[in-house]
Amino acid sequence: MLNYALRRIFMACLLALFVSFLTYALIFTAGDPAAAIAGSASTAADAENIRQIYGFDDPLIVQYLRWVGNVLQGDLGNSLYFRQPVSEIILSRFAVTAQVGIFALIFAMLIAVPLGVAAGRWPNSLIDRGALFIAVVGQAVPSFWFALLLIIVFSITFPILPSSGLGTWRHYVLPVLVLGYFSMPAIMRLTRSGMISALETDYIRTARAMGLSERRVLFDYALRNAALPLISLSSAQFGFMLAGSVVVESVFAIPGAGRLAWESIGRADLPTVQALVLCFSLFYVLLTLLADMLNAALDPRMRMK
Amino acid sequence: MTDIVASTPPAQDRAARRMRRPRWMGHAGLIIGLAILLTCLLMALFAPLVAPHDPYAQDLLSRFAPPVWHEGGSWNHVLGADHLGRDYLSRLLYGAQISLIIGIGTAIVSGIIGTTIGIAAGYFGGKVDSIAMFFITARLAMPVILIALAVVALFGSSLTVVMLTLGLLLWDRFALVTRASTIQLRSQEFVTAAQIQGASTLQIVRHEILPNLLNNLLIVATLEMAQAIVLEAALSFLGLGVPAPLPSWGLMISEGKASILFEPWLITIPGIALFLLVLGTNLLGDGLRDITTPQGRN
Repeated sequence: MLNYALRRIFMACLLALFVSFLTYALIFTAGDPAAAIAGSASTAADAENIRQIYGFDDPLIVQYLRWVGNVLQGDLGNSLYFRQPVSEIILSRFAVTAQVGIFALIFAMLIAVPLGVAAGRWPNSLIDRGALFIAVVGQAVPSFWFALLLIIVFSITFPILPSSGLGTWRHYVLPVLVLGYFSMPAIMRLTRSGMISALETDYIRTARAMGLSERRVLFDYALRNAALPLISLSSAQFGFMLAGSVVVESVFAIPGAGRLAWESIGRADLPTVQALVLCFSLFYVLLTLLADMLNAALDPRMRMK
Repeated sequence: MTDIVASTPPAQDRAARRMRRPRWMGHAGLIIGLAILLTCLLMALFAPLVAPHDPYAQDLLSRFAPPVWHEGGSWNHVLGADHLGRDYLSRLLYGAQISLIIGIGTAIVSGIIGTTIGIAAGYFGGKVDSIAMFFITARLAMPVILIALAVVALFGSSLTVVMLTLGLLLWDRFALVTRASTIQLRSQEFVTAAQIQGASTLQIVRHEILPNLLNNLLIVATLEMAQAIVLEAALSFLGLGVPAPLPSWGLMISEGKASILFEPWLITIPGIALFLLVLGTNLLGDGLRDITTPQGRN
């Protein structure tokens, strides 16, 4: 187990380094950070000065290593817009995004897992067809449009829920609904296929032969085994959800990391954008690492891979 | 006695007819998906012929003209007109072109990248496979929308930039699927036979591996196409997709957002078009998978 864990952690670090290099190269070579810092009222000479002060003339790899060194010390650079350290700005924003994301994931699981269990227990039944229909339709609805539709219905036609900001629990309903429905189809499909293959196994036949109630067979025996791959899937979905929060947060005006990213891109605030992209990727790497560890702890077969 | 004799032939007949019928005809989702996609394709191709107005022509007198089924709507602007008085139906028809160009273009770009990586990983295995898997995991860790937004903002928004960016970001599923199939194909007898005959790796890939992957590639391509269409719309909605006067459906929704209180149809109409196109593409992909794999969707 320790061996496996060390190997996975090493891979995760390598991955984080690689992804951060890619995004760094992309954002800092495509944009002109010196011109962005100097602002629109600057001359070419100003930009040249800044380029020398910040070392933007150095080879990319040198700049990147310097940046990594700073990041490791907790210094993500200064925001060009807020004129203060990026690390101070994004922490509270990430807390908001993660909060909405966790609610959304719980909501998605609460709907999708029971639906998947039922669909897997009675394949090709009415409930299976209905669940599949919901999944297919759900996958095709663009989230930003769905968000606007919900605003039209619940904030304008029947004004019962607020359409923007965060304050009371009512503010969370619509964003959580939009973010959550997005990951429902995948969770439901995986639960369904997991249940179908679990229900065909010998231990289920034994459990049934021993006269256990159907509820115990389904939830204590079949679902437990079907749920293992759900750990990986839901952690990946959570990562995608956070990254997808850009859209939802901008529609509902939620002061989270996604909205900050969108605004920073519009303001050409490159250090903030770079830091946010890094944090979103790191979060994903960390999540999948945790999921792998959890899987390995629960299922010894996974450690052999 | 006579009853039994009389009732058997039709039953047999029906079973036989079902056997003779091609498999795709029995799949409702596939037919619906194909129909939707073909309709969109025809809309896009013949937009210049069918569109009642110029999609860019502004007419301030018909600003916010409601659709024909609303009070005060007229057949002149069947789906109404937007905040600049541009005919909504015409913009919708031309918008199909953008969605399809993005969808197909992205699927081709990402398909080439993903298939190359996937085949190399599956065929050579070992170190090559490890490196490829590393790339795939790295790609999955990158937040697609965020990076696409940043790239479009930095390189300037245009149809080509959006298409290439999405193509460079969405190849992971292609790589995973082709890798898995190539691993299976690699140990097949016909591949070994070709190797013994002295065929080069490139020849084996071209003549033995690729033809057997086509089915899967087509399925993944439709799913990626749907994803690219949604992403383009989302990017345009956020103001960093295709540039403004173009009638992208995402951009139309974004422009309609300001009128959400009084003209909600400005949002619902392009949204329905987007939903139907994505639904159709997904249905087609799911249907193709169902009829080409023996186990179907299980």
